[in-house]
Amino acid sequence: MKKKGVDFLLLLGSGLLVYCLIASLAWVGVIDEYYMQLLSVAGVYIIVALSLNLITGFTGQLALGHAGFMSIGAYTAAIFVMRASLPLLPSVLLGGLVSAVFGFAIGFPTLRLRGDYLAITTLGFGEIIRVVLNNLEGLTGGSAGLQGIPSFSDTGNYTLDAIIKFSWIFAFFVATVATISNLIRSSPGRVIVSVREDEIASTSMGNDVTRYKMIAFTVSAFFAGIGGGLFSALIGYLNPSDFNFLYSVNFVVIAVLGGLGSLTGTVLGGLVFTFAQEWLRVLGDFRLVVFGLLLILLMIFWQSGIMGNKELSITGLVRRIFRKGGRAQ
Amino acid sequence: MSIPILQAKEISVVFGGLRAVSDFNLTLMEGELVGLIGPNGAGKTTVFNLLTGVTPLSSGEIAIRSSKDGKAHSTKGMKAHQIARLGLGRTFQNIRLFKSLTVLDNLRISMDHLRRTTIADAILRTRRFTAEEEAFTSRSVELLKIFELDDKKDLLARNLPYGEQRKLEIARALATDPKLLLLDEPAAGMNPQETKDLMRLIAFVRERFQLTILLIEHDMSLVMNLCERIAVLDYGQEIAMGTPAEISRNPAVIKAYLGEEEI
Amino acid sequence: MVFLQQLVNGISLGSVYSLIAIGYTMVYGIVKLINFAHGDILMIGAFCGYYAFLWAQGSASPVLAVAFAFLLAMAISALVGVIIEKTCYKPLRNAPRINALITAIGVSIVLENGARVIPFMGPNPRQVSIPEAFKGVFALGGLTISKVQVLTLATSLVLMVVLTAFVQLTRTGKAMRAVSHDMDAAQLMGISVNRIVSITFAIGAALGGAAGVLYAMNFPMINPYMGIMPGLKAFIAAVFGGIGSIPGAMIGGLVMGVAETLTKGFISSKLADAVAFGILIVILLVRPSGLLGKSAREKV
Repeated sequence: MKKKGVDFLLLLGSGLLVYCLIASLAWVGVIDEYYMQLLSVAGVYIIVALSLNLITGFTGQLALGHAGFMSIGAYTAAIFVMRASLPLLPSVLLGGLVSAVFGFAIGFPTLRLRGDYLAITTLGFGEIIRVVLNNLEGLTGGSAGLQGIPSFSDTGNYTLDAIIKFSWIFAFFVATVATISNLIRSSPGRVIVSVREDEIASTSMGNDVTRYKMIAFTVSAFFAGIGGGLFSALIGYLNPSDFNFLYSVNFVVIAVLGGLGSLTGTVLGGLVFTFAQEWLRVLGDFRLVVFGLLLILLMIFWQSGIMGNKELSITGLVRRIFRKGGRAQ
Repeated sequence: MSIPILQAKEISVVFGGLRAVSDFNLTLMEGELVGLIGPNGAGKTTVFNLLTGVTPLSSGEIAIRSSKDGKAHSTKGMKAHQIARLGLGRTFQNIRLFKSLTVLDNLRISMDHLRRTTIADAILRTRRFTAEEEAFTSRSVELLKIFELDDKKDLLARNLPYGEQRKLEIARALATDPKLLLLDEPAAGMNPQETKDLMRLIAFVRERFQLTILLIEHDMSLVMNLCERIAVLDYGQEIAMGTPAEISRNPAVIKAYLGEEEI
Repeated sequence: MVFLQQLVNGISLGSVYSLIAIGYTMVYGIVKLINFAHGDILMIGAFCGYYAFLWAQGSASPVLAVAFAFLLAMAISALVGVIIEKTCYKPLRNAPRINALITAIGVSIVLENGARVIPFMGPNPRQVSIPEAFKGVFALGGLTISKVQVLTLATSLVLMVVLTAFVQLTRTGKAMRAVSHDMDAAQLMGISVNRIVSITFAIGAALGGAAGVLYAMNFPMINPYMGIMPGLKAFIAAVFGGIGSIPGAMIGGLVMGVAETLTKGFISSKLADAVAFGILIVILLVRPSGLLGKSAREKV
């Protein structure tokens, strides 16, 4: 019991430390607004990729339409903020909820299917959402997009704005990590992982496998929607064509790059992915060619990603250092 | 001792025109240890899959007495997990552990159907949640002690030696808290000493948890020594049923195993 | 009458989808990979056909030049298909399937954006000029059917008949069916799995290349991204027909084509793409293994 309390404080402390470090570096100008924005974008990508990892890495069900859930969250949040003048926080949460409802509705009939069918259905769903968003011109602005979505902060001080935006994203990032990791390390979470391991064995142990897939999928859709809501306020502009199939693939790439079934891996993967994409811009038209080639090479030569399915444990690290110190005395 | 815990009446299954199991009957009385034997491909594992609901029946009926309310329930229309919750645990012929999870987690996964806390409890780490986790853990460790696996509880299941993987499968089935246990070739691939130890272990858990056991096994001497009754399956049909002594004298069984001598 | 006309248009378009879908279904049947780069093979075929025709039309009759365009498009597409298989997919045959899938997506990204930066391919769309001999329509009662549509139907039909004969009647075809049924067992029986996989990719890509030429003649504009939508729709067609089943892919393609033209004609052209995916979801809910697919049973 006591050990757990210490672990919790340790995690909280290291989270705060990272946050304060980045915020103060931004304040004194070491990290400029451009990189703050990039970090914020990375945060959104990580949130969506974490949600994807829950269903693909932990539950073992490949999903190829997370851009669809993200766009539902993004448009819902933006529309509530703009048309109903709701504050940002409830709007973002509503985005997550609406996305979760869609996740439930799609998962209910499809999650009993085996193999690649979920992948195909989610892909189709993502495309349908895009077409629908394009055609609901009254609500979404159609293919012209939705402009002028209020930002998290508009003080006029760019540095301060950048820090406030980052703070929002960071807070949601921490909440996402905490929720998903607590879910995974619990009895229902273990059943979710057992579905990946061996569905028939899990059923035979009395577990309602479809129900747990539903839970994982709905939670996953929820956080993808949250990511979308944050994205809308961060970027300020939405266009259905941005949420295409390749956009969904980005999240799969992040999750696989970091290591399927590893939350810390996804965090690292999201950072590497976002920054690599940005730095590859110097290549101009060749950027996507190089990106594609890198992707192929990574998949062939680095199959388990950065972390495999292991976690980078801050508490474990601290304890190891502590123990070493203790032994030396 | 004389109440049936499982009754299968004329169960059959057809795979693409092939009758893999045909009008099979089986009644298990509470506390019995019954063997299911037969030549390769006779349909033994298929019978297990029918009883556990992994494979749906083509015809026939199965009733299982629930360990919860003590009443017999027809398994018609039930999913495999619902049947398991009546108090039916099983192992698999080709070990199906949750390989990249720890030994402890393999057991705790079997207890989730006993969970009383919600997912919100898990996410918020409430006191109720922690208490339940600890209860699951200590129950698992107790079970692991019986199988002498408690000191390996944090190893990944795939890193256990073969014999211990088989034992872990039994422990995992027991963790569901069953009254009826189906063991599919628990001693397959074990050496004679390991087999002997395993049989002692099975006898022990049977006493300890008051189990009814149905066992598929190839090792004839083992089945003959351990089981009170034996059902013999050939080409999906029951060709004999009786005590070990009766079975060993039964001409149909001898023919099924040795083949008909050509003159 | 309008309905019949749309039906004719739909079948013509659908036969192109069928050709593409066959490539998806054959590859999936054998290596269980959704080959996302297959749509881009169509694009490569279209560009090859385009240049082959430009080169040949000066010295040969238009009919011969078109035939040459088809042959060259199919040959180069097949070559590209095999190269992709050997370099990108083969190393991943025993890897987690998601890795192979992302690799396929990577190949697709490379092909599309590679084509964009190659000067004689992208990035701007190119107008395809249809030779005079293929312009014009036949009138049948109130129906009109263009020469290009006739060519499309005839070419698809011939290719599908040849393919079916190949798969059903030749030794290699039998080996392909064996590998698709059980790769390990086929290997034990002495079938060279690597060779069969390569042949499968070659055939699938050749059909995709031919489909590219046909597609470019029906919608006479080619660009590096032209393969994405027909690729996705053909993929849905393959799932619809039952992935792994060649006749299923043929039927699926026709259904997709007809559904698309009918939606465009009677509902809304904007919704045509959504209808395609709607069909996919409905079929998966009603009959997950597709029209002619076999539902796989897991051995316990």
